[in-house]
Amino acid sequence: MFLEIKDLSVKIENKNILKSLNLNINKGEVHAIMGPNGSGKSTLANVLAGKEDYEISNGRINFKDNDLSDLNIEERAQEGMFLAFQYPVEIPGVNITPFLHSAINSKRKRMNEEEIDNLSFAKLLKSKANDLGINIDMLKRSVNTGFSGGEKKRYEILQMSILNPDLAILDETDSGLDIDALKIVTDGVNKLKTKDNSFLIITHYQKLLDYIKPDYVHVMVNGSIVKSGGVEIAAEIEKDGFQKFQ
Amino acid sequence: MNSETLNTLDTYSKNKYKYGFVTEIDTEKPKKGLNEDTIKFISLKKNEPKWMLDWRLKAYSKWKKMKEPKWANLSFPEIDYQDIYYYSAPKGFEKKPKDLSEVDPKLIETYNKLGIPLEEQKVLAGVAVDVVFDSVSVATTYKGELEKLGIIFCSIGEAIQKHPDLIKKYLGSVIPPGDHSFSALNSAVFTDGSFVYIPEGVKCPMELSTYFRINAENTGQFERTLIIADKGSYVSYLEGCTAPKRDDNQLHAANVELIALEDAEIKYSTVQNWYPGDEDGKGGIYNFVTKRGLCAGKNSKISWTQVETGSAITWKYPSCILKGDNSIGEFYSVAITNNFQQADTGTKMTHIGKNTKSKIISKGISLGKSQNTYRGEVSFLRKADKARNYTQCDSLLVGNQCGAHTVPYIDSKNNTAVIEHEASTSKINEDQLYYCRQRGLSHEEAVSLIVNGFCKQVLQELPMEFAVEAQKLVSISLEGSVG
Repeated sequence: MFLEIKDLSVKIENKNILKSLNLNINKGEVHAIMGPNGSGKSTLANVLAGKEDYEISNGRINFKDNDLSDLNIEERAQEGMFLAFQYPVEIPGVNITPFLHSAINSKRKRMNEEEIDNLSFAKLLKSKANDLGINIDMLKRSVNTGFSGGEKKRYEILQMSILNPDLAILDETDSGLDIDALKIVTDGVNKLKTKDNSFLIITHYQKLLDYIKPDYVHVMVNGSIVKSGGVEIAAEIEKDGFQKFQ
Repeated sequence: MNSETLNTLDTYSKNKYKYGFVTEIDTEKPKKGLNEDTIKFISLKKNEPKWMLDWRLKAYSKWKKMKEPKWANLSFPEIDYQDIYYYSAPKGFEKKPKDLSEVDPKLIETYNKLGIPLEEQKVLAGVAVDVVFDSVSVATTYKGELEKLGIIFCSIGEAIQKHPDLIKKYLGSVIPPGDHSFSALNSAVFTDGSFVYIPEGVKCPMELSTYFRINAENTGQFERTLIIADKGSYVSYLEGCTAPKRDDNQLHAANVELIALEDAEIKYSTVQNWYPGDEDGKGGIYNFVTKRGLCAGKNSKISWTQVETGSAITWKYPSCILKGDNSIGEFYSVAITNNFQQADTGTKMTHIGKNTKSKIISKGISLGKSQNTYRGEVSFLRKADKARNYTQCDSLLVGNQCGAHTVPYIDSKNNTAVIEHEASTSKINEDQLYYCRQRGLSHEEAVSLIVNGFCKQVLQELPMEFAVEAQKLVSISLEGSVG
C-alpha cells in the first residue's frame, strides 16, 4: 500500500477533529475528498504533511513503508510528499530560484542522488515555468510576495512540478480561482500525473473535477469519511449538496 | 512557539565564533592605564610631529572633564580606563614593514586563517586591503597601482608623516574631539586606521578595504579612519573586524570621518564581527564607535551600509551632515544580536542644505536573550528647503526572551520638509517555517533563509565581493553547527 490511513483520530486543543478516519491510496490513483466547510479536510492535509499543532490520539499513517509518526515535516517532504497550500504564505526577500534549488537538493540528498547544479536547475525551472504558462518575470520575485490569489496557486503547481512528488495533496487549490486560472492549474496536475504517483485532491466544489478526473471520490463530514465511490458521487453532491450525507 | 522551533533556537544560541583564536606573538606595550605619559608613549612610537602630540593632549584634557554618554539602551559595568593597555604592537614594529618579506610569518598566517591573504596575487581581484593588527597597520596592498591615479591609501600614522596638510585640515573637522567622551578618548589615544584621499575627478577603480584585528589581551583598539573624496570623485570602502575569544571585555572605540566635496560620492560598508561573548554573556568586545560623514559640497553623496553581528555591546550611529545643496545621505543596516548581546545602533541625518535627501533602512534581528535598539534622529534645519527623509525600521524577533526597540526622533525647523517613516516588528513566522519545511528544507535552513530574506534590502547594498560573505555571516550568526 502506498498511503494507508488507519483509524486516525486527531485532536486540536482537546477538540476531536478527525474521528477514526480510514483511507487507502495506491500508486497511480487520483482521489478526491469533498466535504462542507469545517469537516476536517484541511486538518487531514496538515496532519499528513506533519504540522505539529495536532495531537494524534489514535490510529496510524503509513506512507511508502514508513510509519509517518517517525518522520518530521521536512523528512516527509523529502520522501516525496507535497502539499499545495490553500493559503500559500509570503516570504519576502526569498527568491524562488535558490529556494526551490535548496528544496530539490535536500530531497536528492535524502534519496542519495547527485545534487543538481545551478545552471541545470535554472534551465529546469525555466522550462517548467514555460509549460505552465508562467511568465519568466515571476521567477525573479520573492516567494508568493505580492502575488494575487491565482498567481500563488500557479506558483504552487510550479513548485509541485519541479519537486515531482510521489504523493501530491492539493488543499482547496481551486478556491479563489477563475476558470482560466483553474484550467492552468489543472493542466499542470494532468501533465504531472503518471502511473507511479498519486494525488489527493481536497475541494468542496465539484467544478475542479470537470478538469481532473479522479478514480475515487470520498465524502467527508464531521471528521470521518461517510461515503466513497466514483465520480458519480460528485454529481450527486452537485445536485443535492452535502445535506443528505450529514 | 512550538517545541521544535525552540530546540532549533537553542542550538543557534550555542553559536560558535570561528575567529576566536589567539596569535602568540611578542608585543610591546606601555604601562596599563591612561595618562599623559601613555599618550606621549604612543606619539613617540608613531614618530609623530609635535603638533600631533599637542592635538592628542588637548583632546585628553577635554576627555578628563567628560562623562560617558548615557542615553543608550545598554547596561554594562563601568569601564575602568586605567585597566586597559592603550597600545600594543608586535615587537620591532617602529617602522611599518616595507614589504611582506619583512612581516613576521605568524602575522601572515593569522590573516590567512582569517581568510584575508596578504600576498597580492591571492587577494580578491579588485580589492585593495590595509590590515591593522592591534595598534599598527601591517600591510597595505595595491598601493603602487593606486598611487598612479593619485589616490592615497595608507595607514593614518603614515598619513600624519607624509600628508600633514590634509591631516591638519580634515582630522577632527567632522567629529570634533570634544563631541563626546568616546570621541575625545579616541582623539587622545588613537593608534592606527586608514587614510584615504581621492583626488578631483578620480573614480577609484577598486574597493578599498581595511581589516581590523584585536589580538592582545586587555588592550583597547582605537581606530581612526579619515576618508576625503575631492570634487567629482568616487570611492567604495569596506571594513571588517574580528577578535579572539576572551573572558574579559575589551574596548574598541573608533572614530571614522568622511568628507565628500562637490559631486563626490563615498560608499562606506562595514561587516562587524567582533567577538560577541559566550552563550552566558561572558566576554566580548565593547564597540563604541563614532562614524560621521560630511556632505560638504553640492550634489555629494555618502552612503553607510553596515552588517553588525558581533560585539557584546554595539553603540554606533553612522551619520550624515547634509550641508551641500542636493546632497544625499543613506544608511542601510542589519544588526543581529544573539545570547546576551546588546546593540543600540542607528543613524543621524542632519539636513542643512536645500533639496537634501536621506534614506534609512534598518533591519534588527534579535535572538536569545539579546536586546536590539534602533535609535535615529532626523533633523531639518531652517534653510533645508524641500528636504526629504524616508525611514524604514523593521525588527524581527526570534524566540521569546529577546527585545526589539525603535526610538526615532524627528526634528523639523522647515515646513517644506517631507518625512516618511515606516516601522514594523514581527516574530519569525511559524507559517513561513512550515511552508519552507514542507518543501524539504531543514528547520535551520528555513530560519536562515527567512532571516536572509528579511535583510535582503540591506545586503544587496554591499559591494558584490562581500555580499555573499555577508549572507554567509548572517547564516552563521544564526547557526550552531558551523564553526
